[in-house]
Amino acid sequence: MIEFKLPSLGADMEEGKLLEWKVKPGDAVKRGQVIAVVDTSKAAVEVEVWNDGVVSELKTRPGETVPVGTVLALLLSPGESPAAAAAAKAPEAAAARRRISPAARKHAEEHGVNLDAVAGTGPGGAVTVEDVEKATQPKKEAARVEKAAAAVPDRAAEMRKAIAAAMSRSKREIPHYYLSQTVPMQRAQDWLAAANAGRPITARLLMAVLQLKAVALALGGFPDLNGFYRDGAHVPSAAVHLGVAISLRQGGLVAPAIHDVAELGLDELMRSLADLVRRARAGSLRSSEMSDPTVTVSNLGEGGVESVFPIIYPPQVAIVGFGTLSPRPWVTHDGGLQVMPTVVASVGADHRVSDGHRGALFLAELARLLQEPEKL
Amino acid sequence: MTMTYREALRQGLYEAFDRDERVFLMGEDVGKYGGTYAVSKGMLARYGPERIRDAPLSELAFVGAGIGAALGGMRPIVEIMTVNFSMLALDQIVNSAAMLRHMSGGQLGVPVVIRMSSGAGRQLAAQHSNALEAWYAHVPGLRVVAPATIDDARGMLIAALQSPDPVIVFEYPALFEMKGDLSGGTVDISSSAVRRKGSRVTLVTYGACLPKTLQAAEELDGEVIDLRVLRPLHMEEVLKSIQKTRRAVVVDEGWRSGSLAAEIMARIMEQAFYDLDAPVARVCREEVPIPYARHLEEAALPQPEKIVAAVKGLFG
Repeated sequence: MIEFKLPSLGADMEEGKLLEWKVKPGDAVKRGQVIAVVDTSKAAVEVEVWNDGVVSELKTRPGETVPVGTVLALLLSPGESPAAAAAAKAPEAAAARRRISPAARKHAEEHGVNLDAVAGTGPGGAVTVEDVEKATQPKKEAARVEKAAAAVPDRAAEMRKAIAAAMSRSKREIPHYYLSQTVPMQRAQDWLAAANAGRPITARLLMAVLQLKAVALALGGFPDLNGFYRDGAHVPSAAVHLGVAISLRQGGLVAPAIHDVAELGLDELMRSLADLVRRARAGSLRSSEMSDPTVTVSNLGEGGVESVFPIIYPPQVAIVGFGTLSPRPWVTHDGGLQVMPTVVASVGADHRVSDGHRGALFLAELARLLQEPEKL
Repeated sequence: MTMTYREALRQGLYEAFDRDERVFLMGEDVGKYGGTYAVSKGMLARYGPERIRDAPLSELAFVGAGIGAALGGMRPIVEIMTVNFSMLALDQIVNSAAMLRHMSGGQLGVPVVIRMSSGAGRQLAAQHSNALEAWYAHVPGLRVVAPATIDDARGMLIAALQSPDPVIVFEYPALFEMKGDLSGGTVDISSSAVRRKGSRVTLVTYGACLPKTLQAAEELDGEVIDLRVLRPLHMEEVLKSIQKTRRAVVVDEGWRSGSLAAEIMARIMEQAFYDLDAPVARVCREEVPIPYARHLEEAALPQPEKIVAAVKGLFG
């Protein structure tokens, strides 16, 4: 029997509200399959399962809020006898059918209410008519403008709280050092212009994609800037999963991961980035995207800032920043002066894990990579 | 006019006797002794031995005689001391009274009224404490009524005597000292009645459990339905109430298995399934012979606390 527990979908997450099951008892699941949707304070996150198996029992009901680590479901391992497990679990398995009173079922049907999203307060946790009525109440209220307006600040306040907790922890625990370097971007810009020349608008690459790819490749040589700091020691990560800081329209931000960025082609990376931004803003991220970033990239170029000095998202050990792409006076090798498109790349790193020297070498490598865009 | 349940029963007898000369009362100790529960006290002097007839100690014989008299055009009221002894007359009641209309192809009717007391609570021990209303409510051809109020104690007897077919009237010694106002109007023997309005739960009961259920309903905001008529069952008030409350508890002094409560629950399931927010619950007598000791007898019977607990079980 495999226990499927509510994972931590970010260092600041203590509990989550199960929104939806994507599977039911008896379903076979594959490692990596999304089987549940959980609301953290930040987003509705699609949670993946990490074992192959067959769903045996769903222990948490949609609508319930449970702490991280709670067993949400039980799975049979491949080969595990369902009969034996069923025999041992027979009474519970029978009880696994959700209790919904006949009246509640009828009421929900008549009013088009999705019972999966209704928490039960009746006998044995059964959903009653009152529960269904309560569930439809907010909908009616939301129709009223003032209520709808009130609902948004609530959500925003929650996210604010979560960000505050993570950032306070970071600044309290992590001794940051900051380095920055102005990187000439003429070659990258030229290469990008050429690469995009024949493409329709929808298939064009963004400079951010080149930057992400360069960061990922550069980090290959700097394990002390990639991974986590846990229990007083650095746990390096072989893979580079780049957390991409995405600001949300209603305020706040998330930094979900694009996995194995070093392995992705630029087109693939572009598609992943576009998809991630879209889903982050729609509030439908996957659990692994929330919990997996090994390092984060914060690009505030759009806002026109010169440089970024970002705060590490614990338990990560570094964060890379990019300012806006802007023309600057540039002294050439032969002492001449020219106008050069440049970007200020910066790194904030955990001094417990790496020293400024390492950070400097990383920025130099990053700058070098951006001079050979054709190799990215 | 305020009177006791017992006085209301007697009032009903008086009126029945006065309005129809064919009516007479027959049973053990109904005359000289004035009735085991003193219901017919004074009636022998008032109506004479022709109409108030002491019967020998044979339920089979005097119930059979009553049926014969009914077939012959009389309107007999047969009193069986208690439901416990009615088992001796079951053959007459079930095979004769209930079936003769059918067996005769409609030529014969048996307009007999059989009164008997039922229920426990008076430390009379197991053999004198049965509540077997469900047995009679099982039989087609019988009408079974259970007066639990002053008005019904008086009026149901009068209505029963209008019936062309046999009517069993259960009377409740546990209620004999209960006092209340007699309105004096006519009552039917075909419907149930809401005895207390409420919104949180529907409490269905009859007979001696009615006051206990009303007591429990006070702290529960319960709606109390008095079935009144146990056969044929009238479910309309029950179903209407459940549409409002979505929960029901049946309180029945009979044993749980095969009880009237079981029948009520089955009908609710058949007719009101989609109105329910919780499984229907019931409070019945424990499935033991009723003990003699007072505290054990009380523990074996439905009580307000048990009703309250059952209702609370219907909420999360």
